Amino acid sequence: MRKKALKAAFPHTLPVMAGYLFLGIGFGILLESKGFSFLWAFFMSVIIYAGSMQYAGIDLLAAGASPLYTAMMTLIIQIRHLFYGLSLIEKYKSAGKKKPLLIHELTDETYSLVCSCEPPKDVDPSLFYLFISMLDHSYWIIGCTLGALLGSLFTFNTAGIDFVMTALFIVIFTNQWLEQKDHRPAVIGVACSAVCLVLFGPDRFIIPAMISIALILTVFRRSLEKEASDHEDP
Amino acid sequence: MRIPDSQALVLVLIMAAITFLVRMLPFLLFPGSKETPPYIVYLGKVLPFAIIGMLVVYCLKNVQVTQAPFGLPELIAGVCIVAVHVWKRNTLLSIGGGTLLYMFLVQAVFH
Repeated sequence: MRKKALKAAFPHTLPVMAGYLFLGIGFGILLESKGFSFLWAFFMSVIIYAGSMQYAGIDLLAAGASPLYTAMMTLIIQIRHLFYGLSLIEKYKSAGKKKPLLIHELTDETYSLVCSCEPPKDVDPSLFYLFISMLDHSYWIIGCTLGALLGSLFTFNTAGIDFVMTALFIVIFTNQWLEQKDHRPAVIGVACSAVCLVLFGPDRFIIPAMISIALILTVFRRSLEKEASDHEDP
Repeated sequence: MRIPDSQALVLVLIMAAITFLVRMLPFLLFPGSKETPPYIVYLGKVLPFAIIGMLVVYCLKNVQVTQAPFGLPELIAGVCIVAVHVWKRNTLLSIGGGTLLYMFLVQAVFH
């Protein structure tokens, strides 16, 4: 049962493996350059486990930021995770003891996999999601620690490798688009984010984007819900 | 000189605690033991499509379209990824090929 779930989960995590190893190594190199050993890289990747937050964390640590400022920055950078939990309440409902770990390991990439990958019929779904989450986390821990340990040995030109995450989201977006008849939620997500990005700039757009997405989805609930239930009926 | 270990530990713990709390909050508000309100169930159904769109924009947020190379590497790689994916439906090919193409573009063409 376990082996089957692991086998089913592993192939889905390959793109994340590539992305996390390289982004993790990048993090490790940067953190080490600020005077923090690989133990810190390991520790942070285990207990924080968030890509953009850990990168921001390097600056906070290097500058010796105040606890209050650190808390505020973390909240602003991580607030988008509220949406992930909100859309997985039903999926994770029966996870039981696995739930705290599933929640801790809910990154952007893991969320996108959990949303888009269907577990095989003969596999416990929450075990399948747990393996996806744990595999992703292990790639991240390995990447971060390796980067801090042997950072100086990586000399080939990796510029642009971080695009692997963008590519992952574009592919999932394309998949959803092809599978879904109603494209309005996807369009609302892109349009609200793009408009807010132009209005508020790259560092401040995520909260207005979340609010406007939630508002528009709420206002058009009746019409969007009707469309969704029409699809469920054969 | 960097800050002492004790101070760094406090900051790391704050980052970890707040990150976990944000991830946890929806599950605290709507525990599995209770019937989830229909509005939240509805959001759970439509949000994933909107959020993946938001994440695509989030990844591209620092692209400068007003100065060289005008976001061309991202645009070219992005269009190729969608085209190859619609054509072959092979996730690894689309992601791997798209990333290699992007790396080639920023390292060799638009550097």
